[in-house]
Amino acid sequence: MTKRRPICEDDLHAWADGRLDAARRAEVEAWLAEDPARAARVGEWRADARQLHAAYDPVADEPIPARLRAVVENRRRGNTRRVAAVFGWLALGALLGSVGGYQAGRGEPAVAGVLADLPRQAALAHAVYSPEVRHPVEVGADQEQHLVAWLSKRLGAPVRIPQLGASGFALLGGRLLPASAGPGAQFMYEDDGGRRLTLYVSARGEDGTPSAFRYAQEDGIGVFYWVDERFAYALSGQFGRATLLPLANDVYHQLVP
Amino acid sequence: MLSNDALLAEIPRLRRYARALAGDAVRADDLVQDTLERALAKGRLWRPGNLRAWLLTLMHNLFVNQIRAQRLVDYRSPDELPDPPVRAQQLDGLELRDLDQALQALPGEQREALLLVALEDLSYEEAARVLGIPVGTVMSRLSRGRDRLRQLLAGQPASVAHLKVVK
Repeated sequence: MTKRRPICEDDLHAWADGRLDAARRAEVEAWLAEDPARAARVGEWRADARQLHAAYDPVADEPIPARLRAVVENRRRGNTRRVAAVFGWLALGALLGSVGGYQAGRGEPAVAGVLADLPRQAALAHAVYSPEVRHPVEVGADQEQHLVAWLSKRLGAPVRIPQLGASGFALLGGRLLPASAGPGAQFMYEDDGGRRLTLYVSARGEDGTPSAFRYAQEDGIGVFYWVDERFAYALSGQFGRATLLPLANDVYHQLVP
Repeated sequence: MLSNDALLAEIPRLRRYARALAGDAVRADDLVQDTLERALAKGRLWRPGNLRAWLLTLMHNLFVNQIRAQRLVDYRSPDELPDPPVRAQQLDGLELRDLDQALQALPGEQREALLLVALEDLSYEEAARVLGIPVGTVMSRLSRGRDRLRQLLAGQPASVAHLKVVK
């Protein structure tokens, strides 16, 4: 009989994972049969793998969530699905507006004042204006000085426009919006891939106190929002949290009074 | 060209892996969404080949960044985290919760290696490419991860003596 190659830890994993050829498998099994403790250890690995499949395979059978489907299907802007989404948002906004007092941050305890409304308002404004091809903004980035002066006057305090060129987003311009505590503004940015990001700015209101970062996800639109000494801000985009967080951090640091 | 249909077809398995990796449904789908966005943004770099392995590689990079970021910014308090979803099929709820918790108690790198091999059925070489590490490192993470998971599920905190090479 030829001398058997030593059995090592890697062989045991390959046995448990069914990755050995027949000859080697037989050698490993002969070795395992010599000691019940060895056999028990690798048998448990196999049982754990079966348990993982039993636990998580059902996830793969679930229907694909709409927000994930939308990421793939909305890659070209201006298609019908996107337009439908905007109308959906308008309807939702009207509904929630009539019900009143709705807390946008899912499952969060009641948030006072301007913060309660902020992510919904910002996401709604993002959904309405960001698909616009011809009129995404009222005043273009070519008139940035005018834009700053105009919106500062309307919002009653100096407004600053963060620059996101380093992250690949160029300013398209801005517009005036109605907000819960008076006038608000929206600045829109776009990257080379046509993906848009909006920064919503509104007066913080009398009951608004400076707050830390918060995050909400509104029908596929991610929103980071916070309040500082002057304004309430919300950065929105059809991005996941990991993409949006560094952008929000950048904006936040540029706006620190 | 990266087609929509090919990407959509990968979503169910990406979600399965992300759920086991991230531990809760919302974080898992955030991870999948970020992965899809990254894939679309980098679509021009994509050359026909193993789409799933490429997506898993993107997800791995995001996961590693998230682990780093979580140390700096914790933007959701534990009270706000949703309860683990109930999906009792072959396993009852208690067993699933135990498994979820045991997985989350593993270091991220061991969890990734274990799930890629035992749940996603990747070969050791494929797992090494996805994780950007040598095959030998995959094997040692797999080994530590398997023994640790076993201890956690058996309710023993202590470490077990390691079997390395035996004659």
